[in-house]
Amino acid sequence: MTYLLRSWQGSIALLLCLLALVRLPLLATDASTPFAAAGTAGVLLLIAVGALACFMRISRAARALILFVTAHTAAWLLIGGMSGNEGNASLSYFLLIAASWLLGWRCISELAEIRPSSRQTMMALRLLIPAIFGAWVLILWEAITRGAGVPFILLPPPSAIWDRIVSSVPILAADVRQTVFKAVLFGYVVGCAAGFAVAILADRISFLRRGLLPIGNLMSALPIIGVAPIMVMWFGFDWQSKAAVVIVMTFFPMLVNTVAGLSASGSMERDLMRSYASGYWQTLVKLRLPAAMLFIFNALKINSTLALIGAIVAEFFGTPIVGMGFRISTEIGRMNVDMVWAEIAVAALIGSVFYGVVALVELATTFWHPSNRGG
Amino acid sequence: MNASASSVVSARKLGLTFQTSDGPVHALSVVDLEVEKGDFVSFIGPSGCGKTTFLRVIADLEKNTAGEITVNGMTPEEARKSRCYGYVFQAPALYPWRTIEKNVVLPLEIMGYSKTEQKQRVQRTLDLVNLTGFGKKYPWQLSGGMQQRASIARALAFDADLLLMDEPFGALDEIVRDHLNEQLLKLWAATEKTICFVTHSIPEAVYLSTKIVVMSPRPGRVTDVIHSTLPRERPLEIRETPEFLEIAHRVREGLRAGHSYEE
Repeated sequence: MTYLLRSWQGSIALLLCLLALVRLPLLATDASTPFAAAGTAGVLLLIAVGALACFMRISRAARALILFVTAHTAAWLLIGGMSGNEGNASLSYFLLIAASWLLGWRCISELAEIRPSSRQTMMALRLLIPAIFGAWVLILWEAITRGAGVPFILLPPPSAIWDRIVSSVPILAADVRQTVFKAVLFGYVVGCAAGFAVAILADRISFLRRGLLPIGNLMSALPIIGVAPIMVMWFGFDWQSKAAVVIVMTFFPMLVNTVAGLSASGSMERDLMRSYASGYWQTLVKLRLPAAMLFIFNALKINSTLALIGAIVAEFFGTPIVGMGFRISTEIGRMNVDMVWAEIAVAALIGSVFYGVVALVELATTFWHPSNRGG
Repeated sequence: MNASASSVVSARKLGLTFQTSDGPVHALSVVDLEVEKGDFVSFIGPSGCGKTTFLRVIADLEKNTAGEITVNGMTPEEARKSRCYGYVFQAPALYPWRTIEKNVVLPLEIMGYSKTEQKQRVQRTLDLVNLTGFGKKYPWQLSGGMQQRASIARALAFDADLLLMDEPFGALDEIVRDHLNEQLLKLWAATEKTICFVTHSIPEAVYLSTKIVVMSPRPGRVTDVIHSTLPRERPLEIRETPEFLEIAHRVREGLRAGHSYEE
């Protein structure tokens, strides 16, 4: 019993494997191109080997490698055998998918336990673990949507979305150029810069601080859905109106965060500057802005995702026939759900990269802060 | 004002009252004091006796509400604006985004020294506080004692004649504190600066000072000024001599007198 408990994923995978063997075949009997016997046997064998590896007394790395190979090859074979047979999977098929998923799970937990000595291996592991995790989200999505024959319009399988991305690169590129490189970047830079500049002004001039900030809080609560059509009225259908929406959205997080950051320096540090008879601008540049960096980067990170959302939503309210928001709103009307998902995938990728770049710059700038010193 | 020419700090009937929501708090009342050039003056007393407040008035970080005070013959504000003093706080207050070197350069940058001058002075002051070779480190990579030494270097960098130190070694352990006290005396002898030093340690005050100002709280005032008879050259062992113990005894008596009507 304790032997089985050494790895519950392995035990259950083995159990599922046996159940699947009893409930063969993998596809409904009227499927057009049924699995070859060799293929079925291969999948069962792979999963059994992987499950047994969980109990073997070998090094963690070797076990993780065996699990990695068996789990993914089994999943590959299972999904590959599904082409032409969409919606015809039997219970046995899903049991085997579940079993290989458990092996993948075990693989990740083995990898997470490895304590490598070199920095390179450490880095590789830190990338590998989330990559396998993400891959399994896609594998399960693919296997379930195709195995159970989920209607395309509800949820297309990832492979179909990928095919759509590959076959419409020029369209996607044009949309990205219109939405990201024109509206988002321009709006982000101008919005953040304006928020920053006004924060400094408000800090310098007390009537602005008292009068503007409360109104600023009010404006930051404005619904983007309401602002977007008005901006289209003011600035026309092209990217300028979207940039304006992005400016409105990014301005206030930057303003509020910078104002908060400017008071983040300690009283002792400010007394020190006073004892040097330091002027306003010297104190600002040498003490208060460096101390505010954490707040400012916070705003930059919030804004990096807000800007993308703002630009895409704004395109729903009138745009030339290009742009990510325009594409989503028109393709969903034409039931081309895979195109909508393709745009979503591209947006998610760009948003993550944008955020990641800002976070990296932050790490390089605020390396001195206690929260960043460790690594 | 009839302060003598060699007087660095001269206070006449100095008073400071904070208005708080619980009514006025008399942080300082009727303080008369002369600090001569080259003095090492310690301010000692229980917390709330106004010793830090007095230092902050000298530094123009607080404004007195009564009496008069001059620093180098000027008002504290003029003295601050002409960068007459260096201030060492209770905590090092080094900027974590600057290296030790850059922290020491900070006042020099603000005061507009040339690049070559900055380089020389950083080198010299870091040598003076025994931090040679640590210039490229960040403050958080050094121990507390080293950080406090760096903050002293920063206060020395622009060669103000007056050094104001507010319990600079209060947060350090006994051994490090002894060591830094010894170094501070050497530094004082080498630079011939006037030092005002706030502490609540009797041995520290007696060991360092040429003049000990004993203060008592509510309202903050001076109860005794003791002129030390110890020689200027002071090895750590001097703390075992009868002379030292006698001064320490007098300081303790003064502190007790200030305390007697409370508790």
